[in-house]
Amino acid sequence: MAKRAIPEISTGAMADISFLLLIFFLVATSMDIDSGLMRRLPPWVENLNVKPPEVKKRNVFTVLINAKNELLIQGEFGDIKKLRKQVKEFILNPNDDPNMPEKEIKNIPYFGNYPVSKQVISVQNDRSTNYEVYLKVQNEIVAAYNELRNELALKKFGVPYEKLKPDQKEAINQIYPMRISEAEPRDISKKK
Amino acid sequence: MPKFKQKFSKTPPKISTASMPDIIFMLIFFFMVTTVLRETELKIILRLPQQISESKKLEKKSLVSYIYVGQPKPQYQKIYGTEPRIQLNDAFAKISDIQKFIEYERAARPESDIPFLTTSLKVDKDVKMGIITDIKQELRKANALKINYSARK
Repeated sequence: MAKRAIPEISTGAMADISFLLLIFFLVATSMDIDSGLMRRLPPWVENLNVKPPEVKKRNVFTVLINAKNELLIQGEFGDIKKLRKQVKEFILNPNDDPNMPEKEIKNIPYFGNYPVSKQVISVQNDRSTNYEVYLKVQNEIVAAYNELRNELALKKFGVPYEKLKPDQKEAINQIYPMRISEAEPRDISKKK
Repeated sequence: MPKFKQKFSKTPPKISTASMPDIIFMLIFFFMVTTVLRETELKIILRLPQQISESKKLEKKSLVSYIYVGQPKPQYQKIYGTEPRIQLNDAFAKISDIQKFIEYERAARPESDIPFLTTSLKVDKDVKMGIITDIKQELRKANALKINYSARK
């Protein structure tokens, strides 16, 4: 049988085809990546008669946001720009101030016996509070925790928190446990 | 007579277009990989809160279900008014629909993935907290505790 030469396939149209595809994907692409603030809700409690565990007043840092989006931090008018610093100071309690949270000595891997603060951050908002303000307050509190964790990670391991091994992260989380309590919102504006 | 005579050709040399498909293909692959096809059409005005420094990238998009909250877009305002509404998938919904929605989202996924399901709240920044609180209570009842407040850095 005679060998026949296979005719060459023209590649001239390939550029056109790929252009077409390119334009399709260009149009269909949306570059925005989903990002957001991760939070965990407390499980639903059916029985409201069960009393929540008692927490000493000195261990609680209260942030109230009213319907006019004003902040009341620990009973005083507050500014969102200072909130992060205040929360950090409250969690750390460097001078063992009696108005700031108690500390409990706990045995923690990598650290040995370490005083762990018994803090709770309580956020309460009104039903008419603006969502953006609420989220900014949440963000500041989470940021305060993250900064503390990062500082400790740098001091102890010399690496940022994000780059630690899981068990090292776990140890630091035990020292600075994130306890943000959200009370049921009040409805002051409607009662008028 | 100069030793080196510069040759000036009358027509400029042709640029080879042989590598053009390769370049275009490279671009295609880039866009194919980065493309996210939008699956839901937004019926609400959504302006996400900005400058949230601690917001993290959402991993594993297949494990995320979305709840949109915001003022209806102008073309829907005649029917639905201007108060913030909830949108689940493609339709407006009531607060009481959320539990059913979560159950449906769970049924659509393998059982092993259920504990890792996250609910992403895509809420317009001017919405009042009242509706968000109601949603949060519904999510607690449905035991969907992992939530994510969608926001930009």
